[in-house]
Amino acid sequence: MKSLLIKNGRIIDPSQGLDVQGNLLVEAGKITGLCDDTATADEVIDATGLIVSPGFIDLHVSLCEPGFEEDETIETGTAAALAGGVTSLGCLPNTAPVVDDRSSAEFILLQAARASNCHVFPLGAVTKNNEGKELAEIGQLVAGQAVGFTDADKPIENAEIMRCALEYTRMFDRPILNRPQVSELTEKGQMHEGFHSTVLGLKGIPAAAEEIMVNRDIALAELTRGRIHLMCVSTQNSVAQIRRAKAAGIQVTADVTPHHLTLTDQMLETYDPNYKVLPPLRSQEHIDALIEGLKDGTIDVICSDHTPHAAEKKTDEILGADFGIIGLETLLPVCLQSLITPGHLSWSELISKLTVGPARILGLAKGTLASGADADITLINPDIRYVLERNLIKSSSHNTPFLGKELQGRAEVVIVSGEVRYRADN
Amino acid sequence: MNIDHEYRTDISRGWNRKHILGLQDLSRDELNIILNQASEFKRLANIGETKLTPLAGTVVANLFFEPSTRTRISFGLAAKRLSADTVDFTASGSSLSKGESFVDTAKTIEAMGVSYVVVRHKTPGAPQLLAQHLDANILNAGDGTHEHPTQALLDIFTIREHFGKIGGLTVTLVGDILHSRVARSNIWGLKKLGAHVIVCGPTTLIPNDIEALGVEVSNSLDDVIERTDCLNLLRIQFERQRGHYFPSIREYAHLFGMNKQRINRAKEDVLILAPGPINRGVEITPDVADGPHSVILGQVSNGLIIRMACLYLLHLQRIASLGTAG
Ligand SMILES: [Zn+2]
Repeated sequence: MKSLLIKNGRIIDPSQGLDVQGNLLVEAGKITGLCDDTATADEVIDATGLIVSPGFIDLHVSLCEPGFEEDETIETGTAAALAGGVTSLGCLPNTAPVVDDRSSAEFILLQAARASNCHVFPLGAVTKNNEGKELAEIGQLVAGQAVGFTDADKPIENAEIMRCALEYTRMFDRPILNRPQVSELTEKGQMHEGFHSTVLGLKGIPAAAEEIMVNRDIALAELTRGRIHLMCVSTQNSVAQIRRAKAAGIQVTADVTPHHLTLTDQMLETYDPNYKVLPPLRSQEHIDALIEGLKDGTIDVICSDHTPHAAEKKTDEILGADFGIIGLETLLPVCLQSLITPGHLSWSELISKLTVGPARILGLAKGTLASGADADITLINPDIRYVLERNLIKSSSHNTPFLGKELQGRAEVVIVSGEVRYRADN
Repeated sequence: MNIDHEYRTDISRGWNRKHILGLQDLSRDELNIILNQASEFKRLANIGETKLTPLAGTVVANLFFEPSTRTRISFGLAAKRLSADTVDFTASGSSLSKGESFVDTAKTIEAMGVSYVVVRHKTPGAPQLLAQHLDANILNAGDGTHEHPTQALLDIFTIREHFGKIGGLTVTLVGDILHSRVARSNIWGLKKLGAHVIVCGPTTLIPNDIEALGVEVSNSLDDVIERTDCLNLLRIQFERQRGHYFPSIREYAHLFGMNKQRINRAKEDVLILAPGPINRGVEITPDVADGPHSVILGQVSNGLIIRMACLYLLHLQRIASLGTAG
């Protein structure tokens, strides 16, 4: 295997508290370490003006295969991941059939190996067929290399099932990833409940729909000493509850999406279905609280919540459109716009949320540039500006509100297991 | 048989809007232009000029993706009174045939030489969507729970006709504010024209943030009846209630129904509107509905002339834009 020398980059590795200008050597698919200008290698990459970061890890992504190949496949989804600087991702079991047994987890691994883009880690279902009734074969799924458990976009509604799941997964030291959402309060809802939903005549989803289940999940994590991870938190009070729970030593973690940090419910004024996401886009005070939560460590991870939908599922009328947007390829630029440019987070803090944070939750030996680690590396160009055109998108779906918008920052070169797998076109 | 040209341009001076999508977008001046144009059509109708010719040779499409016999007939007749040809499209179910989008359907119909599209749809924002994709002038005939501008305009026209003004009046909207497109449009229009607006209904049917629109909120009709000049009784849409917004129809009628006792406590010249079809015995008792304060049937005929005024103004805009385009 070729050795790689990355020269003259700004090397940022939050796992080691590193932020230096220098050279990084990769040999036999592993990180050798920092080196001086005399080092040589089979291939040299000039990283002048670029940030050298551990490859990003996206905690939960919908790859839609098997079952919904019209939206995305493991091949196209992982290609989109690479283009976004993501070298590892957790793959949601919202497939048909659902990944609720060992062989279905192994199918994901097989397709990911065939695609040979980024690493894919299956997330297994908590309950059979994501129905929320009976536990899935969690131990078998662990044997099939599932790294965490979730019913994906379906909240685990039954508190007793959630309690059992948190107790049972303790045996394997795996987290339960839940989407906190009380369905009685989200039913038929289209957007955040507030001034704008009132004006637009769209049924609202109150912040309390999320906060009630955040509260429940924290109580159950405390009761069971299990590990709960709350996906895509979006409200002020969720952040406050998680902050208190962490201070009390409860094993709770949380992630937030870039779009919930950038876009408000006011965007729905255009009735563009690409602003229809779950949880819904909220108001500015919620955004401010989420950013506070990222700054003080209450929120551990930023993830894209990549949710591809073929064009016919994002119909022109908002009531008929499915929830969700793609996000892998806009993950970095939207974080840059909402967090770095306004000075909320340093580069090191942002990279930490995209690497160390998710690696810890899924128990992956990744997200680091330490000597001996797998050489998954993302070279970031922080300055480049471009318009997100359709033809730049590697995902097979195009449901994003950022289409046609000017973005700043992108992954320039992406290395997986010591191999250059992606270079941005110029 | 034609309207005096000079007078017409005087009324419509300042109108250059391509679509009427909702009253949120319209200025006070634009609202007055529509109301004045409607007055003119009413004057002509009263002297027997019921068949006018300004839209002769044009085609108005009535696209009703949600059933509504009354509104559809009113728009169809308004177009015919202006001598337009009409094409009607009524979707039977709630959705179109698989794979065909709403915009595609509208574009196909537009291709039949249609200049004006009247659209009724269950999805909020549907008229906005057509405005983005079609060349035709779009007139919103009700989009989900968002807006219903012509209904609000006819309510406002009826109030103005009765009191000679809107500014300074207290108008109370009673009922299901949460699901009412009529309420939303009325609030925008009435506020812009200077009325004090009260929304009144059970707490479950009033959105939390409605005060931000500049209205007063009340949960007791008895508290506000005495200072109300005009009551607009919104229809309770039983199909939307799902059985939990209020305990029973009887209880609703008891708290928010307009009846003889409440009339007796109201101002002497209180005006009662109801954007039909009303549920007699629920929002209003029959004696009040048919009594001297009620203008429910007058609203229906005013609906026709409001729709004529809207179509006509869109037509003037279209002619003006064609004139400048060449
Ligand atoms: Zn998420």
